[in-house]
Amino acid sequence: MSAPALAPGALSFFAHRMAAYRHFWRSSLISSVAVPALYLAAMGITLGILVDRGHGLPAGVTYLVFLAPALLVAAAMQTAVGESSYPVMGGIKWDRSYEAVLTTPLGVPDILAGHLLFVSFRVTTSAAAFLVVLVAFGAASSPLVLLTLPAALLTGLAFATPITALAATLENDQPFAAIQRFLLIPMFLFSGTFFPITQLPVFFQWIARLTPLWHGVALSRGLTLGTIGLGESLLHVGYLLLWAVVGTLLALRTFRRRLVT
Amino acid sequence: MGHQTVGGALIRARGLVKRFGDFTAVDGIDVDVAPGESFGFLGPNGAGKSSTMRMIGAVSPPTAGELRILGLDPAVDGPAIRARLGVVPQTDNLDLELTVEENLLVYGRYFGLPRTTIRERATELLEFVQLSDRAGAKVEPLSGGMKRRLTIARALINDPDVVLLDEPTTGLDPQARHVLWDRLYRLKQRGVTLVLTTHYMDEAEQLCDRLVVMDKGRIAAKGSPVDLIRAWSTREVCELRFPLVEGQPGPERYVTELKPVLDRGAAERIEVLPDRLLLYTADGDAALAAVTAAGVHPLSSLVRRSSLEDVFLRLTGRTLVD
Repeated sequence: MSAPALAPGALSFFAHRMAAYRHFWRSSLISSVAVPALYLAAMGITLGILVDRGHGLPAGVTYLVFLAPALLVAAAMQTAVGESSYPVMGGIKWDRSYEAVLTTPLGVPDILAGHLLFVSFRVTTSAAAFLVVLVAFGAASSPLVLLTLPAALLTGLAFATPITALAATLENDQPFAAIQRFLLIPMFLFSGTFFPITQLPVFFQWIARLTPLWHGVALSRGLTLGTIGLGESLLHVGYLLLWAVVGTLLALRTFRRRLVT
Repeated sequence: MGHQTVGGALIRARGLVKRFGDFTAVDGIDVDVAPGESFGFLGPNGAGKSSTMRMIGAVSPPTAGELRILGLDPAVDGPAIRARLGVVPQTDNLDLELTVEENLLVYGRYFGLPRTTIRERATELLEFVQLSDRAGAKVEPLSGGMKRRLTIARALINDPDVVLLDEPTTGLDPQARHVLWDRLYRLKQRGVTLVLTTHYMDEAEQLCDRLVVMDKGRIAAKGSPVDLIRAWSTREVCELRFPLVEGQPGPERYVTELKPVLDRGAAERIEVLPDRLLLYTADGDAALAAVTAAGVHPLSSLVRRSSLEDVFLRLTGRTLVD
């Protein structure tokens, strides 16, 4: 199960997903640009004018500059979950394309690796589109803003892997809507994307610190604004990696249980 | 085709068992499939045919017993075995987001084939399954028969030594079935080994050189269609239908009246179905005459040749599709 041995199978699965993606990359690109533009305009600029009159942010940082690198990571979370929920369940249960792939020389680890490769592609390219919008809005304070991309990828994988593991256990898609409503939206609103979590009651601050999104947001914003050091950065990276690794192991397990019977 | 076989068999199973929890789907079967032959598993739904096919396809690990496919052990060499198989599953699992041709191109890559080879084969195979004019079309709107043919084309992209077909024509209309049978017959003539499951006796008779009749996870009989009919049935069958009256016993009430027919040797035995009686006999017309002579007057009658359905009925006491 060494990585080089996995590579051809994983790459052919990735190529399969890309062949499908080629049919709707245009609409996907439009939303990758339009959604960030709407958020940055509504929140970053309009709301930002009000926020900038206060004194809540580090010196010299406008709300737009504060918000943009965090929003980019939050969007990466949504993309990652979107690509790991319905498509995985669909591949297993609806069009049974995973079953078709398993009749070829590929095995379960190849499918999982190829899937995560495709999620990585989607997260990184969407984040790159976001980055272009961010720069166009004048929200980039320095070239360090490029570091939002690895932060987005890492955050994406921290979410994609456990959601993938879960998707392989489901018989219907209702839990995805519940996850969206009760986990992702609260996380999006309260994990430091729009305001520092120090605004929350202490108890909720600790809950926010447990979410992978807070670590992704803190990493992305901290690196971009140059407000965090190496130690803190490594802590965030480590926490996100932990989610990604545990999520991958869980997914391997749920895939095997579901697909090898 | 360079088969690495042991004792000439492409597929060899001994005491093969598959259990899901407490349920035993396959209960210790022995199977040998020779290169180039067309081999069938005939049986009703739930007989264990699909479970057997999935084990042979090296995607489902056997619970017990010995299994060798192309001389290899699926527990050890699954990927190497799957590289040389073509699989047509019971339910089509084409990628509906892709075009007809893309389904073949994408699948070819899973076998590590060079792109030019995949393209050439995809073109040939679309020709073979008569879908060339649909190459660029989406899969979703295709008819059931077309989807099935595309699934078969996909199973052939790696030029397999063995093609596994799980109920290849279930759910298709008669015309689509005949088109499919024709294509499968051509494959067989090219020397491709076919292994298929079916619950249609006409399909088994059309396609199989040899078959096993499965029931409740076990093999009830094995042989060629002709051998099986000879061994387990008579040459002809005389079917008698009687009017069904609500609340009254069915055709079984005529069995005693028909005893003279058996006594005179005009029929060997009588099988009772809910709506008719089957008289197994060497001469159907003579049997029918004896029925009339015994004073029994059915609503309608039919004399026909014995089929695998009769073999199955004899072996299990049930019809195949119920």
